[in-house]
Amino acid sequence: MTAANALKTPEPTSTFDVDRYRADFPILANVHPHGKPLVYLDNGASSQMPQQVIDRLVRYQTHEHANIHRGVHTLSETATNAYEHARRQIQHFLNAKEDREIIFTSNVTDSINLVAHGFGRAFVSEGDEIIITHLEHHANIVPWQMLCEERGAKLKVAPIDDSGALILEAYEKLFSPRTKFVSVTHVSNALGTINPVKEMIDIAHRHGVPIMVDGAQAVQHMPVDVQALDCDFYAFTGHKIFGPTGIGVLYGKAEWLEKMKPFRGGGDMILSVTFEKTTYNAIPFKFEAGTPPIAQAIALGEAVEYVRRIGLERIAAHEHDLLVYATDRLRAMDGVRIYGTAPHKAAVISFYVNDIHPHDVGTLLNEEGVAVRTGHHCAQPVMRRFGIPATARASFAFYNKLEEVDVLVEAIRKVQKLFA
Amino acid sequence: MTDSKQLYQEVILDHNRKPRNYGKLPDATHRSEGLNPLCGDHIRLDLKVAGDVIESVAFEGQSCAICKASASMMTANVKGKSVADAERLVGEFRGMATGTLDVAKDANHLGRLTVFAGVKDLPSRVKCAILPWHTLHAAVQSQAVVSTEGDNDPVAQSA
Repeated sequence: MTAANALKTPEPTSTFDVDRYRADFPILANVHPHGKPLVYLDNGASSQMPQQVIDRLVRYQTHEHANIHRGVHTLSETATNAYEHARRQIQHFLNAKEDREIIFTSNVTDSINLVAHGFGRAFVSEGDEIIITHLEHHANIVPWQMLCEERGAKLKVAPIDDSGALILEAYEKLFSPRTKFVSVTHVSNALGTINPVKEMIDIAHRHGVPIMVDGAQAVQHMPVDVQALDCDFYAFTGHKIFGPTGIGVLYGKAEWLEKMKPFRGGGDMILSVTFEKTTYNAIPFKFEAGTPPIAQAIALGEAVEYVRRIGLERIAAHEHDLLVYATDRLRAMDGVRIYGTAPHKAAVISFYVNDIHPHDVGTLLNEEGVAVRTGHHCAQPVMRRFGIPATARASFAFYNKLEEVDVLVEAIRKVQKLFA
Repeated sequence: MTDSKQLYQEVILDHNRKPRNYGKLPDATHRSEGLNPLCGDHIRLDLKVAGDVIESVAFEGQSCAICKASASMMTANVKGKSVADAERLVGEFRGMATGTLDVAKDANHLGRLTVFAGVKDLPSRVKCAILPWHTLHAAVQSQAVVSTEGDNDPVAQSA
């Protein structure tokens, strides 16, 4: 990420026909905040849905819906097939070895809680240790804290440097014979830092410790291959990868999933129930109690196919152009400070404008049609690390254009003028 | 809708840059802290109440411009007023910010404070404007720390 102070919108270095893909997203053309074209830079919080995924939802509800896994009638078979097809689409998307290693959850928070419960309660006891990093979203802190409190275990936190990059040597030093589990984010939602997860996984395994990766901010930006990574668990959520809310994914190695306790009890997760004893179903069904979000799972399958068709390598290249250009332009502005300057970053920029509170910045950027997230981004320890209560965050998706960076810069300039 | 820009122009230019009654009161009789954990707004309010009258008032803290300007104007407004009058203003301000009081139609004592009427159209910012008032209410009720979340949620209370 070298910074030539380009002030004119540069020619993109990747050949990526962004307008062609933008046309797939009706909301980008339909919404005009304050009469301005929508500049949607809040993709880290939730992304938009292409027409292909919307159509899939509609087709399911208009032609295919029934409950799954239990009906003998045609519709139930159709719905079951579509749901299980989606599971295989996710399997291929992550390059998991088997489809039974893919569990549908409701979001990453749910996926992490499943592991904290299913693994934690089975294998973590008093005096044991769990490792996370300073970059985690609250979703990857609180479930482990709750587990540690319940079990009398200890939470250890791998530090970051002033650029927001993980200090790998310090991470490795945290391991002890009592370390039972590691859970780390792939990409920081607050700073954009891409963690060296392959190295982190290898280090954990050298110490004989299983490791989970929170991919909420990763799978929509870069190719992820869980077999190449060799992580034990990987989680992502539907609504950040152009799918619906209410659906998340947990990948887990079959050998672990089979040893783990179920998370929730209920229908679908059993083989047989008597009042004396219940025999649990095989994986993945053991972890999918009750009627799942069927439509959402099927739509998520369509969403990952959509992303695969475009190609994550191409998406990553285009988003890197966006990151470099936006970073250069914001750095060139007096009074704008960027938090998170790690060498490896996703297209996420957390910033502060002069001494203006990020909430004021966000409210006024909205006047110009620019949607950014402001606040602590559910990552208060990261904010505290940098001594700030909050930031404004621009988080990009592949449908964002370099020209939208110019709109952001102009809008920030107007905020500065108002506060001058 | 350029309401928020207008709101900013009217309020910020003055009170955010030069907040009135900023600081501490060494002889405070009532003291309270207000906290909005969602955005990190944090203000401290000191009151000196003699008999039934708020003789002096001061605030300090870290907050967004809306919160700071609201606090600044509040202190200027309640200084010299009776506790009962101040409490009445707290209720009216809360009503205005949450949209249950229409400043154009309903009788009120808000005066210049009606510049904040626009925040009702910025739902995510309502709590920023109310926090100082909520803290004032807590101070005269002798509560030490208040939060905009949980049981003390001012927006939920007025809903």
